[in-house]
Amino acid sequence: MNVQLRDPKNLMKLSKLGSFHQSKLSFLRSFLNEFKDWEYKRDLFELNDKGHGRAVYSFSKKNKIYSLVCFANEISDEERSDRVIATKWDAAFALYDGVPSKEDLERLALNVPKQEIGRLSYKELTLSRANKSVRIFNHVVDNLSKGIQPDTELLSKVGYLYRTTAVYGSGKFGLADRFRIKNREEIYGPFRLEMMLVYLVRQFTFDQVNHMAKRKNPNIAIELDLNICRNLGIGNSTGLGMAPFIVNHPILLNNWILAREIALKKIREIEKTSKEKLNIFKNCLVKSLKNVANWNTDSDFQNNKIKQLNEDLEKFIKFLNEEFSFENTFAFNKIYVWAEENVGDECIEYIVSMMMEPYDEIVNPLINKMSSEEDDHFNIPVNRTIEELRNILEKNYSDILKIDFKKKENNQNFWFISKNKEEPRMGNRYEIDGSNLEQPLAIARDIKKLYETIFTQKNSLKIGRFLTNNNHLRHVVRRAFITEKFPYAEIQDNTIGSKLMPIDMLRLKLSFFGAIKFDPRSDKWLRICMFQGAPLPSDLKSFDNHWIYNSLN
Amino acid sequence: MISFSEIETTVKRATRSVGFSWGISEEVGKNIRLLEMFGLPGVKNINKYFKIYNGEKFENINLFSKSNISKKHYCPIIAGVNFFDQSSAISDLNYLEISNLAFPLLFIPFVSRTSEILGKRIFLKIDNKEFLFNFNQSIYSNYLSGEIVEKSEKINLQFIENKNSFSESEWSELYKISENTFVEETEESKQKAAGAGLTDND
Repeated sequence: MNVQLRDPKNLMKLSKLGSFHQSKLSFLRSFLNEFKDWEYKRDLFELNDKGHGRAVYSFSKKNKIYSLVCFANEISDEERSDRVIATKWDAAFALYDGVPSKEDLERLALNVPKQEIGRLSYKELTLSRANKSVRIFNHVVDNLSKGIQPDTELLSKVGYLYRTTAVYGSGKFGLADRFRIKNREEIYGPFRLEMMLVYLVRQFTFDQVNHMAKRKNPNIAIELDLNICRNLGIGNSTGLGMAPFIVNHPILLNNWILAREIALKKIREIEKTSKEKLNIFKNCLVKSLKNVANWNTDSDFQNNKIKQLNEDLEKFIKFLNEEFSFENTFAFNKIYVWAEENVGDECIEYIVSMMMEPYDEIVNPLINKMSSEEDDHFNIPVNRTIEELRNILEKNYSDILKIDFKKKENNQNFWFISKNKEEPRMGNRYEIDGSNLEQPLAIARDIKKLYETIFTQKNSLKIGRFLTNNNHLRHVVRRAFITEKFPYAEIQDNTIGSKLMPIDMLRLKLSFFGAIKFDPRSDKWLRICMFQGAPLPSDLKSFDNHWIYNSLN
Repeated sequence: MISFSEIETTVKRATRSVGFSWGISEEVGKNIRLLEMFGLPGVKNINKYFKIYNGEKFENINLFSKSNISKKHYCPIIAGVNFFDQSSAISDLNYLEISNLAFPLLFIPFVSRTSEILGKRIFLKIDNKEFLFNFNQSIYSNYLSGEIVEKSEKINLQFIENKNSFSESEWSELYKISENTFVEETEESKQKAAGAGLTDND
C-alpha cells in the first residue's frame, strides 16, 4: 500500500499548522535522547541568602563540554516584565562552548545580564533570560523552609518556577555563528543547544529554591521532592518575534514538516501492527489525556479548541474501544482515515503525534534530517524560463493566486521591525504609520504580484533576463523555485489578511520545540511550558521515552 | 566581535533602506558576509558606498557586453546582480571590460558566486589589483591592504577554461609514485582475489 504525503495546500494552511502538537520528533525530546549518556555536573554554585549570584552547569562527553553560566540578579517587582521590551530579569544565562575561565565568567557577568545590549563572543552558543513566577516561587521557598513540600495543586496550575522570555542563538549579539558548530554530530537536530540551555535552567531553578529555603531556615528546611521537580518544567512567553522565523527559513520549515509527514506516511503503510506497538499507542493516548485536562488558559480562542479536542478525543476513544479492531490490516491508516472524516484539526494532529510514539525505528532516523542549509538554495536558477516559473506558481500557489489583494481586508496588516527593540511587529496599514518600511513577509501578496507580472511575458524568456527589469520581485522568484524542491516550504495562507491569527505561526514552531499547554494571552503572544514531566539530569542514564505523558499535573 | 550573521542581517536592512529591493538586499547581505569570511573589507566598503549612494548618480549596467563604458561611475550592486543573472550569456564572451565601476570590491562576491555556478575560474583585474576566483571556495589575490577602494578606472574580467595547472609528464610522475601502494599481482591472486568469475562465457 502506498500512502501519499499529505497535500501541502491543505496542510500548510495556518489554521492546520496552528493545531500541531508536540511529538517524538520534538526538539526537546530528541535533545534528551542525544545527551542522555553525557556527564552532567554542577560545577559552580555561589548564591547568597536571597538566591542571587552565579552558577555553572555542564554536560560533557570525551573532550567535548558545554557549560551553562547562570547569573541570578535582584530586581524589583516593578521591573519584572515578560515583554521583550524589558531590560532586567531575575536571571540571565549563556551556554558556553567548553569550560569558562575566570576571565570568561567576569566578561559574561558584565554582558549576559544586559542581554540584547550586551556583547557575546564566538565562545558562547546561546543566550537567554528568565523571570520567576513570583507567586509559585515564593510559595515553594516558604514551604521548603518550613520543612513542608509545596501545594502540588497550586504548582500544577502554573507548571514551572521560572519562565524564559527569549532564547537566542545563531550569531545573535555576537554569539557563535552556526557555521562554527553545525558539523558537530550531537547537535544535528535543530535548536539542540537552545534546548540544552532551557533544560539546564530548569535544574538551576530547583537548586535555587532549595538553596534559598536552606539559607532561610537551615535546621528545618527540606529539599523539593524529586517527583515534584520532575513535574515542573520551564515556562516561556513568546510574542511575534518568533513568527517571521518560519517565513524566513522556508527550507527548515519544509524539513520539519516533511519529517512529520514521512513518519505519518510510513506508519499508515504498516500492514500488521504488533501488540506491543498497539499497547504503547494506547497507553500514551490515555496518559496524555491528563495533559489536555490540565491545559488551562483564559483565551476563548484556545478554550474553544481545547473543548473541541476533548469532545473529539472522547469520540475517538469510543471508536477505538467499540468499533475498531487492531487485528485489521493497515490499522493506523484506518485510524487516520477515520480521524479525517470524523474529528477536527486539533484532534487529527493530536492523533498523528500519538501514532509516532511506538515507532522509534521510523521516527529516529528522521530527526537528523530536520536541520537545513538555506544558503545551498539561495541562488536563483537564472537560466530557467518564465514558462517554468508560471507552472511552479500555478501548481504550488493555486489557492494564494485566488486571493484578491485589492480588497482592504486581504491587505490589512504589515510586518515591521520596531526601532526600540529591533523585534518584529505587526500593524494595521490603514491605522498606523510605517508601511513604507514593510518587511518582506507578505509572501502571498507578492507571489500574486509576480504571477500577474509574468502573465504578459514570453514563455521562453530567461529568469535572469526577466529580473533585469523586475528586481522588486526577486525575493519571491527565489521562493518560488525553493518550493519546487521543498513542497512544505511555504505557508499557504495570507500573512497580512485581517483574519490572520499570528499565534498559529507561534504554535507551529513551539509544537516542534516540544511545548505543551499553549496558553494564548492575545492573538499575538502566548505562554507555554517545556520539559514538564522530563527526567532530571540524574535520571538521564535510564528514563522512559514517553516521559511527556507521565506528568502528575 | 560582530558575528557574520549580524553582518548579513544588518547589511540586508541597510541595503533596503537606501532604496534597493528586498530581493537585491538579500543578495548584498549574503555578499558582504562572504567578503568578510574571505577576509576582504566588505563592511567598510558598503558603509562608505551607502554614505554617498543617494547623493551621487550612478549608472546601471543592465545588459553586459564585451565593453561596458560609462562616463559616470557604475553602481557595483546593480552591475553585480545583472552580471550574476546573465552569467551564462556573459561567459560566452570569454572576456569583458568595465570602465568606471564604483566601489569595485562590492562587485567581487557576485563574481565569486558566478564562478561556482558556472564551474569556471574567473580572473578579475581591478586596475592593478588581481583576483582569481576559485569556484567560490577561495579567492587568490595580490590585494591585501584591506582598504576601501572607491573607484576603479578599468576592470578586466576573464573566464578561464577548465584545464589542469600541471603538465602531462608531471601527472605521470606523480601517478607512478602513487603506484607504490599497489600489490604486485601473482597467478594465485589473479585466480582468487578479484571476486568475479573466471569466464564470462557461461
